[in-house]
Amino acid sequence: MSEYAIEAAGLRRTYRSRTGWLRPQRREVEAVRGVDLTVGNGELFGLLGPNGAGKTTTIKLLNTLLIPTAGEARVCGFDVVRQTREVRRRIGYVFGGDRGLYDRLSARDNLRYFAELYGVPGREQKRRIAELFELVRLTGRENDRVEGYSRGMRQRLHIARGLLHRPSVLFLDEPSIGVDPVAARELRQTVADLAATGTTVLLTTHYMAEADELCGRIAVIANGTIQALGTPAELRHHADGRQVLEVEAYGVGDAQLAAIHALPGVREASVTVAGAAQLLGVQSDAGVDVQAEVLRTLDGVRLGRVTARQPTLEDAYVAIVNRVNAQTRPVEAVAG
Amino acid sequence: MIAVGALLHTKQLSRSPFEIATALIVPVVQATLAVYLFRAGGEPGRLLEAAVGAGLMGVWSSVLFGSGGAIQNQRWQGTLEMIMLAPRPPALVVLPITLATALTGTYAMVATLAWGRLLYGIPLTFADPLAFAVAVPGCIIGLGMFGLLLASTFVLLRNANALTNTLEYPIWLVSGMLVPITALPGWTGPIAAALPTTWGARAVREAATGSGPVWPSLGVCLAISLACLALGAIMMTHVERRARAAATLALA
Ligand SMILES: Nc1ncnc2c1ncn2[C@@H]1O[C@H](COP(=O)(O)OP(=O)(O)OP(=O)(O)O)[C@@H](O)[C@H]1O
Ligand SMILES: [Mg+2]
Repeated sequence: MSEYAIEAAGLRRTYRSRTGWLRPQRREVEAVRGVDLTVGNGELFGLLGPNGAGKTTTIKLLNTLLIPTAGEARVCGFDVVRQTREVRRRIGYVFGGDRGLYDRLSARDNLRYFAELYGVPGREQKRRIAELFELVRLTGRENDRVEGYSRGMRQRLHIARGLLHRPSVLFLDEPSIGVDPVAARELRQTVADLAATGTTVLLTTHYMAEADELCGRIAVIANGTIQALGTPAELRHHADGRQVLEVEAYGVGDAQLAAIHALPGVREASVTVAGAAQLLGVQSDAGVDVQAEVLRTLDGVRLGRVTARQPTLEDAYVAIVNRVNAQTRPVEAVAG
Repeated sequence: MIAVGALLHTKQLSRSPFEIATALIVPVVQATLAVYLFRAGGEPGRLLEAAVGAGLMGVWSSVLFGSGGAIQNQRWQGTLEMIMLAPRPPALVVLPITLATALTGTYAMVATLAWGRLLYGIPLTFADPLAFAVAVPGCIIGLGMFGLLLASTFVLLRNANALTNTLEYPIWLVSGMLVPITALPGWTGPIAAALPTTWGARAVREAATGSGPVWPSLGVCLAISLACLALGAIMMTHVERRARAAATLALA
């Protein structure tokens, strides 16, 4: 067995697409531009990044669904391009959303088909399938057709499918999307258990808390390259020397946000909508107290609770991603 | 694995409301078509032959739309990626799908004959019932293998539907499912001889009407089909790689 479960060096992928028929226009998207990473056996590794960063593409390069434009990768010591079948035997792939299953078949038939495809021996199939239904808590609904399943149930069935052949490396692409909080917690527990029993997991998610809780190491990917890599604690250092001010507000305009952004000492400012209210988050240098200035800028806006706190992983993530945006879109950064 | 796969795909296919509706209506239309074509020709004695031909057309449509449509559907469902990810030769993964479509197509054959009997009183007296019972499944398996060759192109093309539609009628005609081959222009001859559908159709017709020995035709049909299978398997492996390079396994 190889020392690392996943090794990637200089991985690149360009999508070429043609639109138009009479006068075809070629369009090229550089989705992944040079990713290097190694994941150890039994490690739970997180891949974070904004939409379109190249997370899914990276996963598909590693799980043999796509062939890299350049660079190479190994899974369990096998080359993903040349030793495809060896790699496929050892990996499981689960993606978020409700596609990827045969809707008009029962859950059991779905699993039976994939057990057959993955060469799970006939004698073992029944036991394994029952075991997995137990694990993902679908016992009792096995014979229902998947079209009658809820989003979360489909997601759980997906996970059961991914585990049928006891893969040693599991790729999870946003597995908790559309799953309710209780089920998401169970899901995290399942993933943690798998990792504890030696399965290597590569996980992408948009939920920082999930990544923080589960992952031993995290890579933040943006614009097709890894921007930061480390343990959650290490990543939090990217927000070192900063503090966060959160203001609940009703009716903050773009002009005011821009003004806050321009205040001395302010590093990031963003507004997220939370129900009827807006949540204004301001990251500033720890030494500078910006609260008074921020509140002065917001004069005339109805305000709710104001809290100052230490930065979280999410703040560090925002800092990393915004730094990339500032580099690649200098014009907008000045305007904003 | 192939058996379980074909069975489950048949299940999945036969439960689609669209398929069910098509399967109910099409055989009636085909039986009617066959009857009127031959009545007009003033050859009522060949009604059975016509009905069998119409049934074969149904099987072929099913295989064609099946191997094209099923691959396309799986792309939409997101299952194409999942099955291609299995540690199996890609041909082995796709073959059950085309076999399943041929199986659902068998139903079209049976239904066309049944409606023909029911609505138009076509006598179902087969010259060689045993040969007929063997020729039909043989022909269907042959078509399934031919479907694999077709399917390999569909895996690559993200827009497979256009091709499916253009292939349906020419093959009906050229393989003599409806009109005897002798009635077609000479240049279609070589094409017809290379298509397993021609030989399958011939075997089934011979079994139904006793117009010739069944086994040679069926043998040729299966031989060509096996060649298709081999070619399809090679194509499939090649195509799977191309699809991974061109990113056509998924929709987006
Ligand atoms: N099949 C494809 N053809 C063309 N471009 C594609 C294709 N798949 C992805 N892309 C492009 O590649 C880039 C990276 O996409 P990718 O799906 O890897 O992002 P992601 O990080 O998974 O995003 P998300 O968080 O939204 O899932 C995007 O710009 C996307 O538009
Ligand atoms: Mg993605």
